[in-house]
Amino acid sequence: MIEIIGMTKVYTTGKVNVEALRGIDLKIEKNDFISIMGPSGSGKSTLMNIIGCLDTPTQGEYHLEGMKVAELDPNRLADIRNQKIGFVFQNFNLLPYATAFENVEIPLIFKGDSFKKRKARTEELLEIVGLKDRMDHKPTELSGGEMQRVSIARALACNPSIILADEPTGNLDSVSGAEIIEIFVDLWNKGHTIAIITHDTKISSRTQRIIKLLDGMIVDGGGA
Amino acid sequence: MKGFLFFRLFLRDLKKQRKKITLTTLAIAWGTFSIVMLLAFGEGLKNQMSKANSGLGKGICIMWGGQTTIPYQGLGKGRRIRFTEEDVELLKSRIPEIENVGGEYNRWEIAMTYGKKTLTERVNGLYPCYEEMRSHYPEKGGRFINDLDLKYKRRVVFLGNELKERLMGNEKNVVGKTIIINSIPFTVIGVMREKLQMGAYGGMDEDKVSIPATTFKAIWGYTYFNNLVYQPKDPEKAEQVEKEVYKVLGAKHKFDPEDERALGIWDVINQAKEMNKVFLGISIFLGIIGGMTLLIAGVGVANIMFAAVKQRTREIGIKMALGGKRKDIMSQFILESLMIAFFGGGAGIVFTVIIVRILQAIPIQSEGLQFLGKPTISWDVMAVTIVILGLVGLLSGFFPSRKAAVVNPVESLRYE
Repeated sequence: MIEIIGMTKVYTTGKVNVEALRGIDLKIEKNDFISIMGPSGSGKSTLMNIIGCLDTPTQGEYHLEGMKVAELDPNRLADIRNQKIGFVFQNFNLLPYATAFENVEIPLIFKGDSFKKRKARTEELLEIVGLKDRMDHKPTELSGGEMQRVSIARALACNPSIILADEPTGNLDSVSGAEIIEIFVDLWNKGHTIAIITHDTKISSRTQRIIKLLDGMIVDGGGA
Repeated sequence: MKGFLFFRLFLRDLKKQRKKITLTTLAIAWGTFSIVMLLAFGEGLKNQMSKANSGLGKGICIMWGGQTTIPYQGLGKGRRIRFTEEDVELLKSRIPEIENVGGEYNRWEIAMTYGKKTLTERVNGLYPCYEEMRSHYPEKGGRFINDLDLKYKRRVVFLGNELKERLMGNEKNVVGKTIIINSIPFTVIGVMREKLQMGAYGGMDEDKVSIPATTFKAIWGYTYFNNLVYQPKDPEKAEQVEKEVYKVLGAKHKFDPEDERALGIWDVINQAKEMNKVFLGISIFLGIIGGMTLLIAGVGVANIMFAAVKQRTREIGIKMALGGKRKDIMSQFILESLMIAFFGGGAGIVFTVIIVRILQAIPIQSEGLQFLGKPTISWDVMAVTIVILGLVGLLSGFFPSRKAAVVNPVESLRYE
């Protein structure tokens, strides 16, 4: 489903070129549950951003469900982020002034669903993460675990091909973290494809496959 | 829900930048006030001027006899052309495009007496069509010269309102009173309603005394009219009618229709048209001045929106990650600045309407102020203002929003 061949990414800051990725080959199949590990600066986030279509590679090919992503225009990429990718961030990235319901609703607004459709879907999603009774609360009125559950619901909104999570438990206490891990496992069991960046062996131990990155290269777990 | 979210976002922003937004909204209101006020004064001036212009007459041409300058059919140049009643009848019957035509006699330095007061003034001999053509409307209780006055050569007189003041003082109900003109008693049938008059020939109408043309002729034995006044049916065709007049009168008086000096025609219609052009120019000028003021306010709005883009960098990144397109990101900022523009603009318009109402309610005595002191808010003014406000709002939102649209989502998600 996702195939990356010979991908490099070079950042130019001033006169210094930083090679964040140095030739990545990676395959992710449908209903894979993988974790990406590596020390900071190893290129985890860069890889994640490129898979998530937030960034484009300097070189190499990226196929997502048969589409050559590198060749798409910004509007098409926005559509892909909207409908094929679900992001879960370490710091949740919820809109602080919007309620849980409204936060989950945003991708559906961009998709162009009618209000009726959005309402039904949003309630269904909040039900899945067990927050239906808190949907009128703003992020500041929720605990960290609850906020992360809202953002998982938001990531699932348009039924994406892959869920990309960047240190989803990094800002959580161990109890909430464990709950979040269970949610991911549960989603995997339901057929979702999930990639998680993490330092946390409690998560990586639960995944099917661990990809280890070092200095912009995959040192372990790249093949299917 | 999208609109609702948008509104909440706006309110949040309002709280964060309360002082700035309040000041900018005030600036927009002030800009709107100045633009509407300027245009309203322009409009009022134009209205007063066109009213004053029609004080002389609406859609008329005034014609004098001239002198030929081109020899024609064996006749030399330098002949005087003068009109009689025959010419009036001829124009009436030969040019169907003429709605109304009438001649007038006048004579200066005629003594007129009321009680112990005697004045020496000008007297006009007129036809009933002058009431409409030359705006000789009577005050309540009076009337203008009619057909029976003409037929019976009645000794009746219609007074200019200023002259009536001078001759009869503040006396009210002067209709039916007798004044002596040239040693002949005349009955007053009406006093002219006060009017604004700009163009004039032989003095202002308010200073004139009008009697039936036939009575005039019987007293002073005039053969020739001093001038004619005609009114084309369609004001747009005044020039065509003028050519016809040259042809018809040229055939009768034997002058070349190309001989422009044979007749003198004052085209009041064309003059009014020219004046409208001048006023359009003035309005555009005033609009530009007002627009400049508004533009400065627009810079303030843009400033706020630039700040908002920076403040919301992270939020823009989140929206992009969730599939927001360029237009989704941009439209928010444009809508917000439009909202500020129209909110401020609305306040400015309301304020202006109040001021204009107050100004209109103040009675004006001075003649100069009669032209300036009547600001009018017309639909045109409103339309122009709203268009300019829209443009200012759009522009002051567009540039900041473009900055928002090129935000790099990767970096903005890291932005604190």
